[in-house]
Amino acid sequence: MTTGDILKLDGITPSVYDEDKDVEKVFCCDLLSVAMARAPEGSAWVTVMTNANVVAVASLAEVACVVLAEGFDYDEAALKAARGKVTLLRSSDPVYETAAKIGALI
Amino acid sequence: MEDLHLEFTVVPDDFTRAGEVSGKVKKTLKDLGFPPLVVRRTAIAMYEAEINMVIHANGGKITVTINPDVITVVFADSGPGIPDIGLAMQEGWSTASEEIRDMGFGAGMGLPNIKKSSDYMDVQTELGVGTTITIKIFTNP
Repeated sequence: MTTGDILKLDGITPSVYDEDKDVEKVFCCDLLSVAMARAPEGSAWVTVMTNANVVAVASLAEVACVVLAEGFDYDEAALKAARGKVTLLRSSDPVYETAAKIGALI
Repeated sequence: MEDLHLEFTVVPDDFTRAGEVSGKVKKTLKDLGFPPLVVRRTAIAMYEAEINMVIHANGGKITVTINPDVITVVFADSGPGIPDIGLAMQEGWSTASEEIRDMGFGAGMGLPNIKKSSDYMDVQTELGVGTTITIKIFTNP
């Protein structure tokens, strides 16, 4: 399964999308330290955090993409930091529904 | 390979740049061909320490020494120091402000994550003087 497959799901839209990447797991977390330590490499990280630090952690932890739930928007600084580096998607659904939908593809 | 020395300055209270140093070192280690687990452990430990310097310590200096067998990182700041290192090493204990927590930090996992991600960790701290943390990550554990 890839980030491109996630994009085909209802309610998912791209914010920063440069390339198709393999997705092996789904990971849900809203604390940066926990995500930094435990986000599996190549996972789709579902969160409600919108700031640029999410991008730094996503890049260091090498997740496949970030999926921002609840229809929230990324901060401008996050979008800027992610360009060319980290795939950022948005979901109009809450965290659980978003993760369940992506998990069903794996 | 001779030891490679890198030095960085961490800017206080600049959350938009936090993680830059860890990212640069991660890229260097990757380019040098270190195993992915070594690269990831170094990146995690460095990010946590870098964030701690941004939040608590008015920034500081990070020195990285890369050797084929061991990666040594020294984080030195002239911040307030850590009053109770035993408490600070406990998962979940944090002195971060509400504002910092709203950004997703302050889970009280910083020092525990640094310890878990490294093979050796030494903390020297003095109230009102600063804190120096040294970590080592062995490349062939």
